[in-house]
Amino acid sequence: MAYDKFKVLTSTAYPLPIENVDTDQIIPARFLKATERKDFDKNFFRDWRYNQDGTPKADFPLNKEIYAGSKILVGGRNFGSGSSREHAAWSVYDFGLRCVISSEFADIFKGNCLNVGVLPVQVSPEFADKLFDAIMANPKTEIKVDLPNQKVTLLATGESESFEINEYKKDNMLNGFDDIDYLKNIENEIAAFAETRPF
Amino acid sequence: MAKTLFDKVWDSHVVRSVKDGPDVFFIDRHFIHEVTSPVAFLGLESRGNRVVYPERTFATADHNTPTINQHLPVEDPLSANQLDALENNAKKHGISHWGLGNKNNGIVHVVGPENGITLPGATIVCGDSHTSTHGAFGAIAFGIGTSEVEMVLSTQCIMQPKPKKMRINVNGKLGLGVTPKDVALYIISKQTTSGATGYFVEYAGDVFKDMTMEGRMTVCNLSIEMGARGGMIAPDAKTFEYIKGRSLTPKGADWDKAMKYWETLYTEEDAEFDAEFNYEASDIEPMITYGTNPGMGMGVTKSIPIVANVKGGAETYKKSLGYMSFSEGDAMIGKPIDFVFLGSCTNGRIEDFRAFCSIVEGRKKADNVTAWLVPGSHKVVDQIKAEGLDKIIDDAGFELREPGCSACLAMNDDKIPAGKLSVSTSNRNFEGRQGPGSRTLLASPLVAAASAVEGVVTDPRTLLVS
Repeated sequence: MAYDKFKVLTSTAYPLPIENVDTDQIIPARFLKATERKDFDKNFFRDWRYNQDGTPKADFPLNKEIYAGSKILVGGRNFGSGSSREHAAWSVYDFGLRCVISSEFADIFKGNCLNVGVLPVQVSPEFADKLFDAIMANPKTEIKVDLPNQKVTLLATGESESFEINEYKKDNMLNGFDDIDYLKNIENEIAAFAETRPF
Repeated sequence: MAKTLFDKVWDSHVVRSVKDGPDVFFIDRHFIHEVTSPVAFLGLESRGNRVVYPERTFATADHNTPTINQHLPVEDPLSANQLDALENNAKKHGISHWGLGNKNNGIVHVVGPENGITLPGATIVCGDSHTSTHGAFGAIAFGIGTSEVEMVLSTQCIMQPKPKKMRINVNGKLGLGVTPKDVALYIISKQTTSGATGYFVEYAGDVFKDMTMEGRMTVCNLSIEMGARGGMIAPDAKTFEYIKGRSLTPKGADWDKAMKYWETLYTEEDAEFDAEFNYEASDIEPMITYGTNPGMGMGVTKSIPIVANVKGGAETYKKSLGYMSFSEGDAMIGKPIDFVFLGSCTNGRIEDFRAFCSIVEGRKKADNVTAWLVPGSHKVVDQIKAEGLDKIIDDAGFELREPGCSACLAMNDDKIPAGKLSVSTSNRNFEGRQGPGSRTLLASPLVAAASAVEGVVTDPRTLLVS
């Protein structure tokens, strides 16, 4: 699935300073019954975002008007644990987010994000705390995520930290292409390898 | 350099390494199910690709399926639609499909091993995080996302950086009533849900050597719950005996050739791990969770830790206990329960039903408990009947249901109602996992059985010794 190229993003951010946010919270299992990929934003954090009667929970950050339109979510440590459902990454993207920042991501969620055009940015716990503090003090705090230079900056203070991403995945994000494009180009090499497998 | 089991299997599947990037990693066996594959097939078709190795791909319906009246049309139109999509995609692309009504149908991680699809030294992926189960056979097996499902369908490879290596040794003998599930929950409670993030785990030591294949599957199944990509155990005589003669395992000369390879699959003495942990079997007792992630577990006789003594954020911990309506310092023993769930890819195998029956035999289900007993596959159902366990279950006031994932993730009608407390043999106790507002205590089939007959959280040892 094609996604928009990612270069430099400057945006306010939704703060969600809760640890071990699992993908069952990001999108509960009962909303995984679609056979096509669309509108996953509707049930993004469904049970944390809405009361049982369907009214929005006013105090949940994703519902607060002050953060509306942010393209970044700053999450607590070990974000995206649990189920491998890519629907979680789709719901992040469909909600309009292009970047999730956390001090630690679960592996599969991180991989899924990279495959659907959401940049997972891992920062130190100290820097994550700085981001939370800044957003809490001023919800209009802007964060700049610079993928070419692998740097995330808190614009108000100029404080920044660099982040890791492997060169191959970085190229994919910068150019909006994916692994299947790469693999289809080496089809013959894969076919020859398959011949050597014992079973 | 001396190699680990993981190195041997990984390195033999690398088609090429991308500079400063991931490995192009060849997949021997790909499992698909109805929930995470439909969008992958749409992507495949929109790019004009085809399934390159349909014979390496295996489809089964499990996540959505009802556990009663499977012979009737599926009532939920959305579930029915996903099941149809799987069947149609399989047919269109020449993939074997074990849908509802097929005698081989069941949970993907149960039917793989029991039909001989899962083999030592193989690489196995599926759009389901509990694919780690198959590591019990010395395979590298892990969960993937839907983009990767499409990738494997259309190229038989994924792009994957090699994870770091961790070894977890558990030595000594397990005590009375301590099962593989308890070993896994104990390890996760020590590691936390993110302790093994970035790693692939090898389990070693007496406890895993002595463990049955089904027990090893339970342990490897839960590897993902400490953040690991997967877990594996070196294949041994027990492994080879388990797989020999199953319908899809190599036969004759192919078997002999495979055995020669499989016997090389062990960690060499001087091989190095990036991290290593040692635990003692005697420190492990029957376990239970009290919070909203699988790392929040403890011995069933213990009390819920007070916030000052836990690692991680206090607010997050309090939120978790708040959701469960528990308090710091609460004892778990004696807490009244509403539901018991025996089943899932973690504990839906024949040994789990034997364990459950060892407690309920001659006893009665407590009146306050609704119990859902859901075998992992039709083959497990057949075994239950062949061994007469169905009679024990029936006499004790329980009812067997038909196979599927069921109340593990509650995508079908088997949902624990809001506020109700469930003792579950499944793998996750996340908020709402078993239905919106449901509260889950993860435990072994023995703890589940003891709690089902007593109506409150119960230490199974008190029933085993009496």
